[in-house]
Amino acid sequence: MIDPGEQEPEAAELVRPYVITDGRVLPEDDRFSLITLVTASADHEQRMARLSPEKRAVLELCGGGYLSVAEIAGHMRLPVGVVKILLSDLADGGYLVTRAPAPRATLVDRQLLQEVLDGLQARFG
Amino acid sequence: MDSRPVLDDGAYVRSAVQTAAKILVVGHFAVGKTTFIGTMSEIPPLRTEETMTQAAAGVDDLGDVRGKTTTTVAMDFGRLTINDRLVLYLFGTPGQQRFVQVWEDMSRGALGALILVDPERLEESFPVMDLVEQYGLPYAIAVNRFDGTPDRPDEELREALDLLPETPVVTCDARDPKSSAHSLMVLIRYLQTRIS
Repeated sequence: MIDPGEQEPEAAELVRPYVITDGRVLPEDDRFSLITLVTASADHEQRMARLSPEKRAVLELCGGGYLSVAEIAGHMRLPVGVVKILLSDLADGGYLVTRAPAPRATLVDRQLLQEVLDGLQARFG
Repeated sequence: MDSRPVLDDGAYVRSAVQTAAKILVVGHFAVGKTTFIGTMSEIPPLRTEETMTQAAAGVDDLGDVRGKTTTTVAMDFGRLTINDRLVLYLFGTPGQQRFVQVWEDMSRGALGALILVDPERLEESFPVMDLVEQYGLPYAIAVNRFDGTPDRPDEELREALDLLPETPVVTCDARDPKSSAHSLMVLIRYLQTRIS
């Protein structure tokens, strides 16, 4: 018998993307950007039994700490669009904690730009 | 439940980090984007591939990326921890007009773009410059110096690329962290002038 926990995300490559997402497409209000930081919520492990292998794989990956949406897609070798749908479902189920990206450069971002500059300066001189 | 670690600790963003920012590193095929991102990233650079619709089929200018289907487009990216609360992501993709979805995703919320150019192939930079402008991103030009590239006067390059007087032009070596970081700092300083 195959333990569902043993299934590798690579299996997803053999499945067409819309199968993984149950035929769904991305909702209009795109709440995950490429750099939204995501981690698994503290109690996610108690409630994983009914999740699809791909969603379990996302949670296992995110269980170790924060990763951006793009990194999750890169590690899982899934298209970003598919990963966003999986994340959207998981967030609805309360499985995820997210940290939003910094707002686009505007007047309020003066501090952000200075931080990036200082950070680069400190690391690379 | 299965609790094996999926990734090394270093692969994750530090837990104190509150937010992320993004800069695009773009340019034509083989200009050095992947090298630049690899040089600057603290994690092994990652790649995602998006499946393109039929409209994108028949792309013939992926150069010598052999063995790849023409229906996917790659996006390379890396990460750099700026300080305890902030990480910076660098995203790169070829300037392909057809890959609109990828560009929309990449450009949304980006601070700005660093456009890498090859002084010997300036005209190949036009499509990507058009895209960056179309998405309203402020940008700086980084001239990637390959070995033996002759020095080209700044003025000539500015004229060839039809740059605004305020657009920064910097020379960089994408293999060198210091030089690559310097070109990012030139971009950031330019972004600062735009909001003050």
